Amino acid sequence: MSKSKVVVVKSSGVIRASGKVNTRLLAQMVEQGLCRLTSESSSEDAIRHYFSPKDKVGLKVNCLAGRMASTHPEIALVVAGQLKAIGVKEKNMIMWDRSSRELEEVGYSLNANGDGPRCYGTDAQGVGYSQDLINYRNIGSLLSRIMESFTTVQLNLPVLKDHSLSGVTCALKNYFGAVHNPNKYHDDGCDPFIADLNQVPQIREQQRLVVCDALRVQYNGGPAYHPQWAENFGGIVVGDDPVAVDFVGYQIIDRIRRGHGLPSLEKAGRKPKHIFTAADGQHNLGKASLEEIDLVETRI
Amino acid sequence: MDKLDRRRFLKCSLAAAGGMMLPRVLSGGSILGSGGDASASVAHAGLSQVEARYYKKLEHKEIECELCPRKCKVGDRERGYCGCRDNQNGTYYTLVHSYPCSANVDPIEKKPLFHFLPGTKAFSIATAGCNLNCKFCQNWEISQVRPEQVRTYHLPPEEIAAYARESGSRSIAYTYSEPIDFYEYMLDCATAGRKRGIKSVVITAGYINHEPWLELIREVDAIKVDFKAFTEDFYQDICHGKLKPVMDALVDLARSNIWYELVYLVVPTLNDDSNDIRRMSKWMVKELGSDVPIHFTRFHPMYLLKNLPPTPVSTLEKARNVALDEGMNFVYVGNVSGHEGEHTYCPGCRQVVIKRVGYRIIQMNLKDGKCSFCRKAIPGVWS
Repeated sequence: MSKSKVVVVKSSGVIRASGKVNTRLLAQMVEQGLCRLTSESSSEDAIRHYFSPKDKVGLKVNCLAGRMASTHPEIALVVAGQLKAIGVKEKNMIMWDRSSRELEEVGYSLNANGDGPRCYGTDAQGVGYSQDLINYRNIGSLLSRIMESFTTVQLNLPVLKDHSLSGVTCALKNYFGAVHNPNKYHDDGCDPFIADLNQVPQIREQQRLVVCDALRVQYNGGPAYHPQWAENFGGIVVGDDPVAVDFVGYQIIDRIRRGHGLPSLEKAGRKPKHIFTAADGQHNLGKASLEEIDLVETRI
Repeated sequence: MDKLDRRRFLKCSLAAAGGMMLPRVLSGGSILGSGGDASASVAHAGLSQVEARYYKKLEHKEIECELCPRKCKVGDRERGYCGCRDNQNGTYYTLVHSYPCSANVDPIEKKPLFHFLPGTKAFSIATAGCNLNCKFCQNWEISQVRPEQVRTYHLPPEEIAAYARESGSRSIAYTYSEPIDFYEYMLDCATAGRKRGIKSVVITAGYINHEPWLELIREVDAIKVDFKAFTEDFYQDICHGKLKPVMDALVDLARSNIWYELVYLVVPTLNDDSNDIRRMSKWMVKELGSDVPIHFTRFHPMYLLKNLPPTPVSTLEKARNVALDEGMNFVYVGNVSGHEGEHTYCPGCRQVVIKRVGYRIIQMNLKDGKCSFCRKAIPGVWS
């Protein structure tokens, strides 16, 4: 049985004392993460495992919680640079989330038609949601037209956080931002809704790679930003199995919580059930145990 | 979210088969940045920021909503299940106050309310949002979306009351989606309407907590409750809710003086079991009394239940017969125009006291609230 590889790259200097991101260091982290994931020696060769120049790539970020608890724009830009290096046209890259306003609040520069990668929300004029409903297992939703029509593959750029309902928000839950009615999926710790949504063919088949922002981890009180429970972890988590990335993210949050004397998510009543549901025999979306994950941890 | 000229609004509202429902903006269609299809009179969703009622503040900017039985715990920058109430920095807001997405002038029979001011018009409004998610929802394009995903008018309560009056409506109806979710707006409209002599009627699933429900009952004039089924499984699996709170809400209605009627949408194979309908009828006779009207209405394939056929008329007739057999006095068949089950029959002499075809009344044999044939009082609000 093949294992899913997940690479955690950390650097103590990636968040400067000022709180700003050291972009040069971040680029090195992304390069190293991709190379270690694919066993390639260059990031171009690494990213070619997942993308080709003809792809229209959605870079799905998570910007719901404001500047301090969302996917850093620097990560999206670094990854876009990697895609450009293998020939993906900038006009064929879209950094996106639910709303343009939320993207802008976090520091993304909206760009509908100008130079550089595109950046806008599903609520931008002329975008919106699909005409046809997804009706799949427990999911009844309209899909963002950015996924349905404007892009062909997704590079998932979630932010790792504690979540008051699901326990963890990371790669799998990031697609709640791709449908029109995520509020309908909050019952029972968002389970099995997160797993069901990720199993929807339009999402499962587009998902290629995850580069998770764990630079600053909200390890308690999430998904909103609470400075007393935010740690400069200085990491990224890279993988092509979103379940395994989430599982590793879950371990990271629990480890930080232990370090701060907090109970584990399970003891706090927020075990992220959706990760295990996504791995079960009905969903088969990835691996959710240390025995099945080849975890590589590295530092710069 | 435009403020409309009243004459223009009414002209629009009354056009096109008696009203309009504003189109959703869930899908764009035009190329990004190339203008848009919003007309001059309609803008993309306005969002209100009126503090919600019935919630409590928790630690760390979390809140717990106390409006409906879901009791959503909502973190900062998150929304409740309904999608139209938003936690902003520890304060819970309704986003839909004064921003309806639908406005129509309907016959009151369309609600359906058959024993409340028959033959009158109801100025009918809705906002986005619902605290249930029924797989058969007929209006899912407004009920199962967020307020920013539909187009809206800016219509404060005073203007709603004024429009109602100018359109010749005797009542304002809160309908189409789930008015529990625009609770604050509904109450303010009811107050504004009362000042102008306009009544208020609520079309709801009755999925609400006791305290806000009792307040609502005090403030409005009639309520129609969609009683979805008489099994817990149906409420959980098909509606994402629970049966018990609805039963409790119905008992509250029975103990009050307000006029109310029930609708039971009969969905083939899911809630059409005669035994369940019999159990429900027995419960209604015991807890609500035999005079509460119940409408067994026809399902049409919609939303997430497109795989089922429309309800056979024979199934509706069977349900009606079961309820009549158990002692219910006013049992109707709905969504089958021209059916004899649309008429109101006097429980005393069995004569037709109100004859209807669809939403039209074609004969009234009712005088001063009594059967013209045998003078038996027919329960309802007739004038």
